[in-house]
Amino acid sequence: MEFFVQQLVNGVTLGSVYALIALGYSMVYGILKLLNFAHGEVYMMGAFIGYFVLVGLGGAASPILPVALVIILMFLAGMLGAGILGIAIERFAYRPLRNAPRIAPLISAIGVSFFLQASALLLFTAQFRTYNTPELIPFSVGIEVGPLRISLVRILVITSAIALMIALWLLVNRTRLGKAMRATSYDREAAAMMGIDVDRVIVATFFIGSVLAGAAGVMVGLVFGRVFHFMGFIAGLKGFTAAVIGGIGNIPGAMLGGLLIGLAEAFSAAYISSTFQNLIVFGILITVMLVRPSGLLGSPVLKKV
Amino acid sequence: MPRIGTDEWVAQAETRTEHYRGFTAPARRVWDRVTPGARFALFLAVAAAFPFTTDSTFLQRVGVNVLLFALLALGLNIVVGWAGLLDLGYVAFYGFGAYAYAWVSSSQFDLHWPTIATIPAVVVASALLGVLLGLPSWRLVGDYLAITTLFFAQIFVELAVNLDRINLPGSDEPLNLTGGPNGIPGVDPMVIFGIEFLRVRDYFFLLLVVLALVVVGLYSLNDSRTGRAWRAVREDPLAAELMTTPVNRMKLLAFAMGAAIAGLTGTIFAAVQVGVFPQNFEVTLLIMIYAALILGGAGSIQGAILGAIVVASVPEILRTPENARYLFYGALIAVLVAAVRPWQRLAVLVGAAVAFGFAVHEIVALVWPDGVEAGTRGEGLGSLLDSWVVLPAVERVLIGNIAFVLLIAAVLALTQLRRDSRFLLLVPTIYLAAFVWENRLVFQPSVTRQLLFGAILVAMMTRRPHGLLGTPRVENPV
Repeated sequence: MEFFVQQLVNGVTLGSVYALIALGYSMVYGILKLLNFAHGEVYMMGAFIGYFVLVGLGGAASPILPVALVIILMFLAGMLGAGILGIAIERFAYRPLRNAPRIAPLISAIGVSFFLQASALLLFTAQFRTYNTPELIPFSVGIEVGPLRISLVRILVITSAIALMIALWLLVNRTRLGKAMRATSYDREAAAMMGIDVDRVIVATFFIGSVLAGAAGVMVGLVFGRVFHFMGFIAGLKGFTAAVIGGIGNIPGAMLGGLLIGLAEAFSAAYISSTFQNLIVFGILITVMLVRPSGLLGSPVLKKV
Repeated sequence: MPRIGTDEWVAQAETRTEHYRGFTAPARRVWDRVTPGARFALFLAVAAAFPFTTDSTFLQRVGVNVLLFALLALGLNIVVGWAGLLDLGYVAFYGFGAYAYAWVSSSQFDLHWPTIATIPAVVVASALLGVLLGLPSWRLVGDYLAITTLFFAQIFVELAVNLDRINLPGSDEPLNLTGGPNGIPGVDPMVIFGIEFLRVRDYFFLLLVVLALVVVGLYSLNDSRTGRAWRAVREDPLAAELMTTPVNRMKLLAFAMGAAIAGLTGTIFAAVQVGVFPQNFEVTLLIMIYAALILGGAGSIQGAILGAIVVASVPEILRTPENARYLFYGALIAVLVAAVRPWQRLAVLVGAAVAFGFAVHEIVALVWPDGVEAGTRGEGLGSLLDSWVVLPAVERVLIGNIAFVLLIAAVLALTQLRRDSRFLLLVPTIYLAAFVWENRLVFQPSVTRQLLFGAILVAMMTRRPHGLLGTPRVENPV
């Protein structure tokens, strides 16, 4: 039982990270019908920015500022850097292709992903880096629930992920920008005719999605350690899987999908075999795709002829 | 929202090619009159002569690589270029072909089938696998199909890495199917009609023959009912269905044909490499194949071959700093010649860049003597560059990294500027590019290769989405 609950916590932590990545995919796909392959690399850059802020502030062992402030700064820098990167990617790799054949932006996205990975390799070398979180916040600090202890880092990650999702929900459903985003996603042309500045909405979408990915990158650095140039690929695939399982373009769906993927991964690693955990996740995706192509919460799209 | 005028532009593509200008015009007009068959025969003749020009196994291996890439790109062209199905699981077929050949021609299971039986069996098996993995294309389109097939590719690599200890019921020893991360070494050479293929050169000729057969086959296929049906499916599946094209069957056929060619290529790859390893079939390779196809122009046979030549040979040129340098400055000048008109402007630009470099070099030498290190680049072009490009003796990596980031910013800014301000920014950008190249990129060929492919894919898509030899086409808005 204890082991089970431990895995549950693991799965929820992992799932909230995947959910944050999935949200970026889902929002961009909802508005542009574009599969942003470079999203995983934005997340990777976020993790690196967080790492360098931590190192710049004295490293995990001897931070020059209070720990809470260090973590806040890491999150802010990672999110802002990722957001700016997202805007740049949209501006230079996708905007010129707004009206091109469908394959063009996808290939361009693959190119961006390749380019960012190689840049990271060039700038940061192939070395694995760790945030060394235990020195910053010892894992022994945490909440005791009966025989179980949930470490503070995990609580921090889960709560901040939830906070970000609530903020996103409020933004999409309660603000003018959110309304414009929903309208653009529903019908870009009609939205433009209603006086919505579609370009601005798209930029905002990319920024918000990338900010969430940057936050996810810092979270992964805090909880799971290793930061390296190739980390974006698999995480991006899983984030996309989560978005698709939940129903792409659907925000609650992305959260649900992320949680499911995280739990599936944690439990399959714990109870079946860790070598096959990726296979199980991919298997789930392919099954969902074939059985319900619009995802769990998505509604089937009628194709206009 | 289609741009106004796009259709006319496409419609006029034929007539437009007639009006060549500039000093290359006569040559291009003559080239236009050469029939495709003659062009291909010319290519084959040049290619067949290639192994005789060199004794270096390395160069012959590069030649083999080019042909492998050409075959892979041609196979992918059927699925992506003709049928318009975004298949990101394509490397799985290549890998399957290689592993299948290794299973029946090595001591892994102590099987040593005759090559002449293995190849057809593997090709048929690959085609069947293609049909199986093509089935999702009935329900999924576009990006959804792309991502599902990408997962198949991932699953293939995961299986290849992990299927080395399968516990079968009823047997004590675990079955070692793929050799895990160590792969299957010691694959037999091919023996066809009593000829044993041992040297790299032999495989080069084998590949050339296979390529010739495949190209002739594809060329006739392109103009056949099947080829037209594929293009109909690509342009508009619904309209094709209404015109009684069996859309689903055509999709499967495209997948099967592509997979068959990939599987066939895989068998030769396994034999020429004398082994198969999981890392041979990763997503990086998939992206390289896509780069070859897109660069040459999806949908074009000549394009696929041209793209393969570029993609497979450029990384090899990058391998030694001296060659890489020629390639880099050559490409830089070629891009400038193509992009900057008229020539007076170009002359001013080049002059300004050269002067700018010498000025920067002198200033740095004066202000910070550690910043210039002389006599490190050896003979030829290198020694000339010594007094032009600043090469810091200390903190080179850090400075190079900063310059790299600046260079990206400058290139991105260039795309936004117009006329005079663009011209002004171009001068320092050229110098910055040379600086980054000399200080960072030239030492890391594999990273440089990735960077270049990424950048080329993006630039190609934003400037010329139909590739070098492809035909521009308009897609119905979704």
